Amino acid sequence: MITALVTAILIWVMPMFIGTYTLTVLVVYGMLGLSLGLIWGFGGILCFGQAAFFGLGAYTYAIAAINIGESTIPMVLAVLVPAIFAALLGAMMFYGRLTDVYLGVITLVVTLILFKFINSTAGPQYVIGTARLGGFNGIPGFQTLNLPGNPDAYIWGDSYFYVCAVLMAVVFLLVAALLRSSFGRIAIGIRENETRMALMGYDVRARKTVLFAIGAAIAGLAGALFANWGEIVTPNLFSLSQSAEIIIWCIVGGLGTRVGPILGAAGLAYLKFLLGQQSVIDNTLITGLILVLFVLFLPKGIVPAVTGLWKVSFASRPLGRVHQQRRMRQRERFNG
Amino acid sequence: MAEIVLETHGLTMRFGGVVAANNVDFKLRARELRCLIGPNGAGKSTFFKCVTGLQTPTEGEVCMRGLETTQWLPHQIASLGVGIKTQTPNVMDALSVFENIWLGARRFHDPREATRKTHEIIERLALGSIARADLGRLAHGERQRVELGLVAVGDPWLVLLDEPAAGMSAEDVERMTGIIHELNKSAAIIIVEHDMQFIRSIAEMVTVFHQGAVLMEDHVDRVMSDPTVRNVYLGKKA
Amino acid sequence: MDLSVVILVEMLYAVASLILVSAGLAVVFGMMKVINLAHGEFMMMGGYATITAVSLGVNIFLAILVIAPLVVGLIGLVVERLVIRHLYGRLVDTMLATWGLSLFFIGLATMIFGNTTTGISTPIPGFAIGAYQINGYNFFIIVIAILLLVAMLTVLKATRAGLIARGTMQRSDMAAALGYSPDRIYMATFFCGSALSGLAGAVLAPLVGLVPTSGGAYIAKAFITVIAGGPSLIAGLFSSAGFFGIVNQIFTFAISPVIGEVALLVAAVILLRLLPQGITGKFFKGKL
Repeated sequence: MITALVTAILIWVMPMFIGTYTLTVLVVYGMLGLSLGLIWGFGGILCFGQAAFFGLGAYTYAIAAINIGESTIPMVLAVLVPAIFAALLGAMMFYGRLTDVYLGVITLVVTLILFKFINSTAGPQYVIGTARLGGFNGIPGFQTLNLPGNPDAYIWGDSYFYVCAVLMAVVFLLVAALLRSSFGRIAIGIRENETRMALMGYDVRARKTVLFAIGAAIAGLAGALFANWGEIVTPNLFSLSQSAEIIIWCIVGGLGTRVGPILGAAGLAYLKFLLGQQSVIDNTLITGLILVLFVLFLPKGIVPAVTGLWKVSFASRPLGRVHQQRRMRQRERFNG
Repeated sequence: MAEIVLETHGLTMRFGGVVAANNVDFKLRARELRCLIGPNGAGKSTFFKCVTGLQTPTEGEVCMRGLETTQWLPHQIASLGVGIKTQTPNVMDALSVFENIWLGARRFHDPREATRKTHEIIERLALGSIARADLGRLAHGERQRVELGLVAVGDPWLVLLDEPAAGMSAEDVERMTGIIHELNKSAAIIIVEHDMQFIRSIAEMVTVFHQGAVLMEDHVDRVMSDPTVRNVYLGKKA
Repeated sequence: MDLSVVILVEMLYAVASLILVSAGLAVVFGMMKVINLAHGEFMMMGGYATITAVSLGVNIFLAILVIAPLVVGLIGLVVERLVIRHLYGRLVDTMLATWGLSLFFIGLATMIFGNTTTGISTPIPGFAIGAYQINGYNFFIIVIAILLLVAMLTVLKATRAGLIARGTMQRSDMAAALGYSPDRIYMATFFCGSALSGLAGAVLAPLVGLVPTSGGAYIAKAFITVIAGGPSLIAGLFSSAGFFGIVNQIFTFAISPVIGEVALLVAAVILLRLLPQGITGKFFKGKL
């Protein structure tokens, strides 16, 4: 209820400060941040290739939209294709009992494979249906979002922002519900202690695979929304720097929280947008510096730090320290 | 005679050239309580790991209630209704006592029933005062007790405990003994243990491991007075 | 006949360049269990150091073999003192921090050298085998890779520093207990690792057009070569570079260079799925 209210106010107020065109992409990035925040912060799965699912969603949408000429089915496919791809990839990794570094290598390598492959498809022989893959040039000129069933009624500009914002709110509420459900609690249990959960009779491999696929579905949806916003998809969506950014958003915002990754994504993307308007200091340099500084000095991220402070100052009992310890322990576990 | 709930035939585990468990034949009947003892490296922990699916034996087979489970994974074995506790406290540190036990209950019950079961176990194990505390902040003995709660909440018919009394105070051990006897009313129990005091207080039948094989299997008093056992095990300890 | 010689040279070259590209990362990972994701940028800086030195009139071989490793080694030393040493034992955090460093260095290089391609010509002329033209510089790379392996083996086997290093690789706590300061060992290791990355970047610089983002092309390859190699430093490096180099070249010849790259990556995924501990986790156990 409160979430819905806060969201409604945000959707109403924010366009007064920032143009809806920019806001739309911030919302989309927020959703992408949430997708990794879910599987990493609550499932303990560090994926170095979340961008792969983002790109896959965007490309699926673009290709399907060109072939179908209407946006409803492509939107659905853009969620399903990354989810199925992630389910297969996840099954391969988790049933092979791969953990931390190896998980990192494989997700990173798979992202690279997709990047290299898509990049090399500039030739006219690479077509899916009537859509040319276009290699490094990307795919422009596909049907953008329209009212379901009416390909001529485009949703764009301010209305597109509202569609994205509402979808973001819906995804957020679904994630919240998921985390409150048994599935979510069991996922957190697995993050905390995989062996114990297996000894209690839970099939850790299957559950991690499902969670991984859910994360990919959200990333895919974000990808499709991004494709609609940019009206072109390029191989850069799959790039390692895109993957790095998603990880940075989560770290800066705060792992193990739902709003952290969203705020981290929107905040840093907006910062990048502002920095892009000056040319004194290179953008990448600042992104890198932020990541290093956060890992060194504020490894649990902004949101937990702020809520911790809040609790120290206002709560009768100093919960903040406990939360800090909890986060630190989680990190230690990630670090094997 | 009660039904045989756990049985191994020729269970053998090799690591390279080392034979950690050698041709172990073992039988456990329903509601029996058995301690596995032996010096370090005698193979009792390897046996424990093979039975719980944490390791797959090189040769031989494991049967539970007539089902062959040799190649099974821990979660499949646990799902049969087998409660397992490993050597070190193995719990979800960032979660509360209630959440830990609830996760154990949820595997076998719907959410509402799981919550009811959790309250019941918390009461039975006298964990009420710390139910909301995070496991990471609890003392060793309390963590061990919570882990027994995780085991008990699934209503197991077979319970496998690896050194449940290790590093605990006398008071904690006494409490633990009570819980184990309580569990034993409905479940067969295997305890891997070092502490002879604790074994005397809890068990009647004891299986002695030595160099990967079963040395003898008898009543605790006869085992204690047996010269061979004193030699390989107690002698070394003294 | 000529073709098979050419293919053989190309294969050797592919393996040699993988060894070069991965050596720095392997040393740091093997000794310190630190994955340096800025490794590619260290190579990129080695390339820029070489080009800058050459444009200032320094002999190209001097620039490649001495200046670039030294410059990058010193940069590595600073990085170790400022960042890495605070994160020892935290594998994932080091990966994240070095990823940040990688972006930082890309940005820095962009500000200094601009986002344009620079390069130098290869100092060794090509020659023909039958109807085929071969790049003479490829031989230089093969020789350097062989020398590098021999040098690493000699240092590890025959010197006191190598003995301490081997001890630290096995049990860093024991090395510390014996009175060797892990702090200094790690510092020295990171210097050596960075210098090797710098050397690799410098050696490869004449073959590629250098841009600030060049490092990205190497990091994934180096990363998978090291991880797939497993716990043994030299045997792991050699076996996985050999395996991936050959897979890459077979598919490059049979289909296209892009497919060769993709085949390499796919082979890595399959290999890690089958041998999660890397090649030397299963074979050549206990070798260096």
